[in-house]
Amino acid sequence: MEEHMNLLTTVLERYGADPEALVEILRDLSQETGYVSQELLVAVADRLQLPRSHVHSVASFYSMISVEPRGRHTVQMCQDAPCHVAGGREVWQALEETLGIHFGETTPDGEWTLQVTSCLGLCSVGPVITIDGEVFGNMTHAKVQELLGRYRGCCCGGSQGGAA
Amino acid sequence: MIRAHVMVSGDPLSLTRGAEAIKLALEAELAFHGLEDEVHVSYIGQTGRRDVLPFVIVYPEGTLYGPLRVEDVPFLVEEHLYKGRVAETLLAPPDVLSGVIARLPRREGILYGQQRVVLRRAGIIDPKSIEEYIAYDGYFGLAKALAELTPAQVLQTVKDSGLQGRGGAGFPTGMKWQFVANQAADTRYIVCNADESEPGTFKDRLILEGDPHAVLEGMALAGYAVGAHEGWIYIRGEYTLAKERLEHAIKQAEALGMLGDNIMESGFSFHIHIHAGAGAYVCGEETALLESLEGKRGIPRIRPPYPTVSGYHGMPTVVNNVETLANVPAIIREGVTWYRALGTEKSPGTKVYTMLGDVNITGLIEVPMGITLREVIEIYGGGMKDGKAFKCAQTGGAAGSIIAPALLDTPMDFATMQQNGAALGSGALLVCGADKCIVDLAYVLMRFFATESCGKCVPCRIGTLRMMECLERLRQGRALPGDLEDLERTAHQVIQTSFCGLGQGAPVSILTALRHFREEFEAHAAGTCSTGVCPMAGPVETVAAQHDYISFMR
Repeated sequence: MEEHMNLLTTVLERYGADPEALVEILRDLSQETGYVSQELLVAVADRLQLPRSHVHSVASFYSMISVEPRGRHTVQMCQDAPCHVAGGREVWQALEETLGIHFGETTPDGEWTLQVTSCLGLCSVGPVITIDGEVFGNMTHAKVQELLGRYRGCCCGGSQGGAA
Repeated sequence: MIRAHVMVSGDPLSLTRGAEAIKLALEAELAFHGLEDEVHVSYIGQTGRRDVLPFVIVYPEGTLYGPLRVEDVPFLVEEHLYKGRVAETLLAPPDVLSGVIARLPRREGILYGQQRVVLRRAGIIDPKSIEEYIAYDGYFGLAKALAELTPAQVLQTVKDSGLQGRGGAGFPTGMKWQFVANQAADTRYIVCNADESEPGTFKDRLILEGDPHAVLEGMALAGYAVGAHEGWIYIRGEYTLAKERLEHAIKQAEALGMLGDNIMESGFSFHIHIHAGAGAYVCGEETALLESLEGKRGIPRIRPPYPTVSGYHGMPTVVNNVETLANVPAIIREGVTWYRALGTEKSPGTKVYTMLGDVNITGLIEVPMGITLREVIEIYGGGMKDGKAFKCAQTGGAAGSIIAPALLDTPMDFATMQQNGAALGSGALLVCGADKCIVDLAYVLMRFFATESCGKCVPCRIGTLRMMECLERLRQGRALPGDLEDLERTAHQVIQTSFCGLGQGAPVSILTALRHFREEFEAHAAGTCSTGVCPMAGPVETVAAQHDYISFMR
């Protein structure tokens, strides 16, 4: 928790203790810690001198800010029309089958979280998924399995280069 | 003495495929051959050939190599840059287009018929270099305005040019500026709407990544015209590369006196700040954007008052789309007559489209307003993929309309599209072949709105959900009696009673789809999907599960 408070100090230095920067502050916290815990939300409210209800309402509004714990790896998939018509449904099914969870869930071992993302603006290489923020385009059922296998086989997670 | 320029594709996809390693390897190899002072290496942003990423273009010849691996770099440098021969084995395969329209000549590496105003520099200059921007007439429009024109003259020029907002609605830009200039206020603001969330639209990202200074210059000109000294760029949280490029560009422009205090010694000051969002489609709506900019939930405000009267901090505010602002420097520089020669009488200028779906070539094009959909598909899209028959296209992302084959030869501009009961929207063109199911497409679109509705007003919050459920039943062959009529009635009600543009736009695709493809909906209601796309009588994806999904997304 102390680690998180130090991070909060760093983020506040980045934007200043400016209530107008609340969205950016919460987004950075969420990205850097995985999610914004209740304690952290309270701390943000105190430091910015904002009502706790206001901070929570903002945190729960935006999709890039998570108020619930996530797995070690987060897989996100775009479900919008351009990715859908390019074969998104098969990729969607492959992700759910391979990880054994539905979208919005985290695996019991805390390794994987599966989420929906809004359009990433990479529609010409759809269907698109991201793993821990790294983008992979032109996905297929087979590529999903290969890609997740690569992350599973390696303790450090990240790998070089996206699937074409 | 620089004798060659080597451009490495630096878009996000190329970067994930190792473009950075390629650039580093190029620099190392050039140093090895002692060529580092003769050959300049840089990234380019917008890339025309997405099929060969990551690629390298060697100028002045314009030779295209790709897709490249790091291992290829030593051979490329030795052959082309050291020995002066084309490295044949690494050449990119010829453009897929060449087989289709071989007779159309290329001009300066740009497809024939494309008229580039907004994307003129994208892919040609290094977006991280203000010097290259200036070398291509950059900041010339601003210099001209500050030295020769009064704010009123700049405003009049934009009005006379007939420039319309490129975010989707097509509102006259000059008129919007005039409203703000007319307000008696000490402080006015310019806000650039870079919250490009319409699915299938990524033109603004490529403009920002490929030519960030053009947007900054457009904002400064807007500021000069209406008497604003501060501007904000509200950019999507997902667009990290574009944000970095903008931050870098602002620093460079301030260092050279093109932005900041006393620009070019003219006495005019203009500061630009960046605010990145955190993922919410509704924030593209201008009043929701302003709420978010002030650090709140992105919930739309009641209008009137419009932002032109009471916007950021309650002050008169111009909110313009990225592409709109990127048009402004060229208009000021080249003049009204030049600009009005492009496009159509009622909608002058060009439009940037993102071309997607069942066409041979997907990607970004900039063409004059008024070009037909058929021309876009056949000339720039390289025809339909696998020779499929054209079924429909969707313009303008999720909130756009479904275009039936009957409209293939209708000029695409704001006015003509509207006469035909369609909307041009933000510039996404999702082309669907005969194998796509219209009900399935409508369902996916409505699911998007049910997910993204901010929840402020009942018609949108509940209406989108009811329509999605109805489409889900149709798609599963479980339609209830009267579902189709319910769908249509709800769609009209949501349009009439929703608080903001999100709800008012949500049913447009359904209604246009119903108008053109009613028999397909009726067939679904009777239990058949002729394309075989829909999981008719498939596993029950229960309505409850969909509710869980949506409440999760909220």
